[in-house]
This record gives sequence, C-alpha cells and structure tokens, in this order.
Amino acid sequence: MTADLALIWPELILTIGGLITLMLGTFAGDRQVGLYQLAAMVTLAAAAAAVVTFFGTDTTVFSGTLSVDSFGGFAKLLIYAASFMCILVAPRFFKDSMRAEYPTLILFAALGMGIMASSRDLMTLYIGLELNSLAAYVLASFMRTDDRSSEAGLKYFVLGALASGMLLYGISLLYGFTGTTDFAGIAKVIGGEMNIGLLFGVVFVIAGLAFKVSAVPFHMWTPDVYEGAPTPVTTFFATAPKVAAMALLTRVVIDAMGPAVGAWQQIIIFLALASIILGAVGAIGQKNIKRLLAYSSINNVGFMLVGLAAGTQQGVEGVLTYLLVYMVTTLGAFLVVLQLRDDQGNQVESIPALAGLSQRRPGIAAALAVFLFSLAGIPPLFGFWPKYLVFEAAVNANLVPLAVAGIVASVIGAYYYIAIIKTMYFDDKSDTEFPKGTGTVVEDAVITASALWLSVIGYLFIGVLGVLSASAASVLF
Amino acid sequence: MLAVPAVGAIACAFAGDRNARLIALGATLVNLALGILMWAQFDVGGAQWQFQELHEGLFGRFNYALGIDGIALMLIVLSVFLMPLCILASWEAITKRVGLYMAMFLIMEVVMIGVFAAQDLLLFYVFFEAGLIPMYFIIGIWGGANRIYAAFKFFLYTLLGSVLMLIAMIAMIREAGTTDIPTLLVYNFPPEMQTWLWLAFFASLAVKMPMWPVHTWLPDAHVQAPTAGSMILAGVLLKMGSYGFIRFMMPMFPEASAQLMWLVFALSMVAVVYTSLVALVQSDMKKLIAYSSVAHMAIVTAGLYALNQQGIEGALIIMLSHGVVSAALFFCVGVIYDRLHTREIDRYGGLAVNMPAYALFFMLFTMASIGLPGTSGFVGEFLSLAGIYEASSTVAFVCTTGIILGAAYMLYLYRRVVFGELTKDDVKAMPDLNPREWAILAPLAAVALWMGVYPESFLAPMRGDVTTVVARLAPAKPAGDAHLAAGKPKAAKAVDHGAAQGEAHHAGGVQ
Repeated sequence: MTADLALIWPELILTIGGLITLMLGTFAGDRQVGLYQLAAMVTLAAAAAAVVTFFGTDTTVFSGTLSVDSFGGFAKLLIYAASFMCILVAPRFFKDSMRAEYPTLILFAALGMGIMASSRDLMTLYIGLELNSLAAYVLASFMRTDDRSSEAGLKYFVLGALASGMLLYGISLLYGFTGTTDFAGIAKVIGGEMNIGLLFGVVFVIAGLAFKVSAVPFHMWTPDVYEGAPTPVTTFFATAPKVAAMALLTRVVIDAMGPAVGAWQQIIIFLALASIILGAVGAIGQKNIKRLLAYSSINNVGFMLVGLAAGTQQGVEGVLTYLLVYMVTTLGAFLVVLQLRDDQGNQVESIPALAGLSQRRPGIAAALAVFLFSLAGIPPLFGFWPKYLVFEAAVNANLVPLAVAGIVASVIGAYYYIAIIKTMYFDDKSDTEFPKGTGTVVEDAVITASALWLSVIGYLFIGVLGVLSASAASVLF
Repeated sequence: MLAVPAVGAIACAFAGDRNARLIALGATLVNLALGILMWAQFDVGGAQWQFQELHEGLFGRFNYALGIDGIALMLIVLSVFLMPLCILASWEAITKRVGLYMAMFLIMEVVMIGVFAAQDLLLFYVFFEAGLIPMYFIIGIWGGANRIYAAFKFFLYTLLGSVLMLIAMIAMIREAGTTDIPTLLVYNFPPEMQTWLWLAFFASLAVKMPMWPVHTWLPDAHVQAPTAGSMILAGVLLKMGSYGFIRFMMPMFPEASAQLMWLVFALSMVAVVYTSLVALVQSDMKKLIAYSSVAHMAIVTAGLYALNQQGIEGALIIMLSHGVVSAALFFCVGVIYDRLHTREIDRYGGLAVNMPAYALFFMLFTMASIGLPGTSGFVGEFLSLAGIYEASSTVAFVCTTGIILGAAYMLYLYRRVVFGELTKDDVKAMPDLNPREWAILAPLAAVALWMGVYPESFLAPMRGDVTTVVARLAPAKPAGDAHLAAGKPKAAKAVDHGAAQGEAHHAGGVQ
C-alpha cells in the first residue's frame, strides 16, 4: 500500500495542490488572482516533474488497477502542459470574473485525465473519466452570466451523461461476459471466443469513448460547446481531454481488446473516415473561428484514429506523436484567437472580421497561418510529420484503401484552412481594428516558439520524438 | 546554396520595401554565382552523384541528403538563372507588401533547389509540396482580378495529386526499406506493384507538369499570377513534374513505364493538338502562352517516353529551353502589361513602330518557342521528335502537327501585337524598353541563342545520366516500329524532319 502510494506521486501532488488552491481561493479571496494561479501552476509543474522521474518504470499499483508506465507518462506530460497553459492565459480573458474555482477545477480535471491515461481497469477508467467530465461541465459554463456559456455547459452535460451511460452499459456487458474488469483479464477472455454479448460490450465502450474524443458520429456536442465555452476553457477542451481520451481509447482497444482486432478495427476505421470527412466538410462555411477549430479537431481526431486502426506499435507511436504535435498546434491557434480583440477590447471570433489581418497584425496572422497550414498537414510544416506516420502505419498494416481514402479526404480539409488564410492575406481590410499589445510577453513567446517549432525546426526533433513515442508505445505490446 | 535565399527570405520579411528588393536581388545573384561555380566544377563523366551532402539521423527516420547529377545540375542552374531576373521583373510592378513578396520568392528558390537536389525520398516530398505555400501567396496576394479562384484551384489541384504520390512513397519505403534515392533507383520493385506506384506518381506529376486533361489549373494560375510569378511557374515549377518523370518513374519503375508508355503517348498527342488549337483562339496573351506551355510539356513527356537516348535528351533540352523561353515570353507580356494594364491581344498592334527593341526580342523568343533552327527550341524538338519517331512514327507525326500549329498560334499572336497599323493612341504613347527590361531580356536572349547554336554545353553534363536511365529501361523497352523495316528508318526520319523544318522555315519566311 505504502509502496503503491510512492508510485502515484503525480496524482497525490495534484490532489493536494488542488485542495490548497481551493483553500487559498476561499481564504484569500477571488481577488488574489496571482496567488492561486501561482499555486495551481506550481502544482502542475511539480506533478510533471514527478511524472518525469517515473519515466521508464513499467509497473502497476493497487492490485493492477492503475499502471505506472511511459505510455501514461507521455500522455500525462502533455495533459499537464496543456492545463498549465490554460491556467496561464485565463486571468486576462476573464478579467474581473476570474475566480479561484477555475484553476482548482482544471487541476482536478487534470487529475482525472491522468487517471484515464494510466488506468488498466474498467473501474479506474470510469472514475478518471467522470472526475474529468464533471470538472469539464462546470468549466464550460464558467461564465455564469453569459447565455452561450451556460448553454454550452448544459449541452455538454446532457450529451456527456448519455455517453457515460453508454460507456457504463458497455462496461457492464464486458464485465458480465468476461467476469473481470481488469484489462489483461478481459484480453484473455476476448482472445478465446467472441460472442454477441461481448461484441456489444466492445461496441458500447468504444462508442462512449468516441464521444470523449469527439469522433463522428459522436461529435455533435463539439462545435456548440467549443463556441459557447469561454475561450481559455475551449483551449483546454481542445487539448488536454483529447490527449487523455485518445490515450485511454488506445489503451482500451490495444490492451483490453487487443486479441480481437477484427472486432474493433472496422469500427475504428469507420470512425476515422467519418471524422476526417465530416470534420472537413462541416468546417466549410463556418463563420466562427472557434466552431471552425472544433471541426478541425474532429478532423484531426480522424487522422489519429487512422493510426490506431492499424493496431500496431508503429500506429500507436504515430498516434502519440500526432497528439503532441496536435496539442502544440491547437494551443498556439487558440492563443492567437485569445489575442484577437477589437478596439473596444472585445473578443473577435468571426472569420470575416479577420479580413486583412495580415496587414493589421502581421505577426499574429503569420503565426495563425503557420498553425493552420500545419493542421492541414502541408509540408514543410511539422504537422505533416505525424500525418505521414499514421498513414505509414496504416499502409504497413495493409490498410492501403483506408490510407488512400483518408489522405484524399485531407485535401478537402486543406480547403477551409487555406480559406481562412485567404481571408487574412488576400482580402481587403475589414472594419474591425485590431490594436496591438493584446498579449503578454509570455503568451507572445509561447506563440512564437510553437510557430517556429511547427515550421521546419520541428523536423530536427523527429529523432527524439521517435525514441520517446517508441518507448511509450512499447509498453502496450 | 539553400542557406543564402533562406537567410535572405527572413531578412526580407522584416526589411522595408526598398531594402527588401536589394536584399532579394543580392541573395539571388549570390546564388547565381554559386550555381555557375557549381557548373564549372561539375565533373562531366565523373561520378553520377556529385556535391553530395549527408547528415544522417538529423531528421531521425529520414536523412538530410543532398546531391546532384547532370540533370539536376542543369535544372538548378536554370532556377538560379531565372531567379534574379524574376526579382528584377517585379522591381516596379510590385508596390504593396514588397518584403513579403520578396521573402516568398526567396523561399521558392530554396524549395526549387531543394527539389532538384534532394537525395532522400521524403526530403524530396517535403520540398515538392513546400512550393505550394509561397506560390499560393504569390498568386493570391499579388495576382489579378480573379486571383483567389486561381490560387485555390492551383493549391487544391496540386495537393490532391501529390497526396497519392505520398502513399506510393510509403509503399516504396516499406518495400525497399530505405528512403535513399540512389538506392531506390537501382531497386527492382515487383512488376505489378510498379504499375500501382507508377499510376500514383503519374497522378501527382501529371498535375504538376501539367498534362491534359488535368492542365486546367495552369491557364488560370498563369493569367492571374503577377509577371514574375508566371515566369517562375512556367520556367521552373512545371519542370518539377518532368524532373519527377525522369528521376523517379522511368528508372524506378521500368516495366510499368514500358507497359504504360502508350497512356503517356495518347495523353501527349491529345494535349499537343488540343491545347495548340485552344491557344489559337485565345484573346488573352498570357492564356495563349500558358496553353503553349502545356503543348510544349506534352512534347517533353512524349520525348521522355520514347525511352531512348535522343528522345530523353531532346526532352531535357526542351525543358531547359522552355524554361528560358516561356519565362521570357511571359516577361514580354509583362512589359506591355505594365504600360497598358491589359492583356487583351486586340488592344495592341503596331508595336514594331514605337518599340523596335521590344519587337526584336519578342520576335526572337517567338521563334525560339516555335523551334526555329538556331534557337534553343529547335534542338530540343528535333532531338525529341527523332527519339519519338524511333518509338512510334504515328506519335511523331501527331507531335509534329502540334509544332506546326505552334508556329501558327505564335506567329498569329506576334502579328496581331507587333505588326499592323499603329492606330491606337494609348499604344502609340508606349515607350520602348528601359534599361531594367534590357537587363532582363538580354541574358534570356543570349541563353536561348547559345542553347540553339551550341547545345553540347548543356547536353554534356546530362548525357551520362540519360544513358544510365536508358540502360535501366532497356530490358523492358518494346521495340519501336521504326526498326521494323531494316535500312529504311534513317531515310524516313530525314524526310519527316525535313518536312517539319520546312514548315518552320516556310512559316518564318512568310513574315
């Protein structure tokens, strides 16, 4: 027991840090933004440091319900980094309505996501998922006075509850037919004989998780929630939970359902293609940049699922690399969106208003162009590399038709990305003024760094990334 | 060579308008000097790959590997030669956002050199695709009225083609286990796989070339792009497609090439005749030249797929010659466009009177485009038609028709623009070439004549590489019909070409 506790330091730190932040908020008051913000960020940094020290260990704790391995570690680092950024940018956005609940909720959500990423039992899976979801519902409606925000929270909650129900139903079927909630145990039974009940369990579990990664046809909530939620929260939704849910889905299908590849592979292939195509087509004609980025995230999840559909170690490596690059790109894109304020200081979210942005704010426009081209996967930007990896994995797993269909559909996706770039660069200036100086030095630095990394510099890291993702993926095989 | 324009691009992006022009010109001139130096040091008949540069493991899974053979050398020299001229051509025509414009052009230069020098399959792909982004901006920001449609069409067409090539590349890497191009060049892929790979590469390169029926993006892109954009698009970007044919498709998939050569011939024949006829009825000068590019590139593909020494050498010379000549023609259009701001042919007429120097240059390039002996076009067309004839007399016949039609539409264009009565007042007011325009046209003219009079200096570096490709193709190559009757082919060939030349002479004599 004590030995187990020593191995879950990241979770412990987050729990304690979260409680301390809450106390600070309660006793020092919501005005002490710097104080609780700092506490939350220190907590995340400490938790990340703890994850790094465990990198390379491969063991399980609490009688096999939670694993401590590099796969979970990789995902947790991404999750903590994304959460860190979302706390960092929040005060400037919320201004007076910033409250201590925000960092606290993010910390608990990060805790839940960490558990998701390292669970190897259906029970811990569900606990992690719900801990994350409950925090997320509240975060979505964080701007209590704003109708759109409340609507987003409610929508997210209702649909999320439905998905949780499906997931639970699937879990109960899996438990009923295998007699265990342990991933390894399930894998043993599934490897034997497949029956209709088990198959239903597999389908429902995947459907529940597909909701969390917002894969088509379980994506309906995504555009509405992304649009309605406050932008820092949207940034959070688009990054950390995606990483956690994708890691969880990977672990479930590879670890627990690995022997029954035939059963889930076609489901994942369908989800992948549907997400790529619908994510691309749906984005055309969107007028709100946050909605557009929502469709873009659906589209990108489709590409990750292509790697997962391969069901090989190479595929999982591709997924992990994809997650990292996607997270950096999305963070950067949302940081840019946060900086788009008109001369009244109001957020600008409409795409037509961005016309001529390249003349008003050349730096911001160039950075956004880099992020969008990277999301589209056009070389020489680094977004090309993970796309290449997942397609390579698919081809090597003899899924050539999937690779061809996916890559052709990616051209549709390229259309709307270049359409925004057209608006920013080719069109005449819109009436909206974009005064300078809307970002802090740190934000500007993060945007610059990620834009540079996503341009050619990223290619220099392919070697390092390859080693990291290979060590993380190898624990599943 | 890659570093100079890359640094220049960054500098331009932050420099003021005037400085950006100077920086860009300086960077491209330095690169031109480097290119000439490289040509001088290139050891003809030495190792196949020279100036190799390899950083293993820099990109993890694939290498940063550069190196050139004779074909790549000539195309790189072509790129660095055209680049300073393009910068000069846009010296006054571009007035808004000059820094960004120059930066985009310098990035284009990096990309072009990278494509021709890449020795790693993935590195090649990255460079190949990277060209889309700067060109998208060049057309979209500084293009004509309908620029946005053209930019989108250009981007999506070429992207759709190249993603299929990416899948083929993944399959090749999986099969051969390496991304190293020289190794892949001698790797024997199983025949049925070759067919699929060939088709995937063809889908991509045919769009880039562009071949009929996927050429429709080209007239739009050319017409809307600024003058320098058209110059570089016609001069170098189209050559990336044919470079891909000779670098990848022919030596890597010899069986498939032999099997599918009829597809290429058929498409080329349609393209030569059809686009020539379309060019005849154009009222927009740039569109006319764009269609003539498609026709010329069709002769290139037919020449390449003759799969013999003359055909390929001829095709390569057409590539180089077309690079110089079409760039020059686009600039000629640009010169008068800058003065009158219209590309309608009917708005001009009688320029020979008030712009004699211009008329002279325009005449030279028109002749070179038609393929008059003594100009660069003749050498290439003669060689490639000789090669095509060896493979198939029918194809040679159809392609020759295309050249006659080419003479027709080019001379028709020339007559309407330069000759005739000088009646229109605004045309009368147009001044002749200024020193800057002289500085652009004179080197282009010199090279076009040099290539026509002494093509050996361009052919020599490439000959060894062409022999290698032909040797690689030899086992799979079908026998040409010209060999069926022993002894006769030589005579027949002479007659055929005599006729072609006669036409050209005749046409030249008319005016």
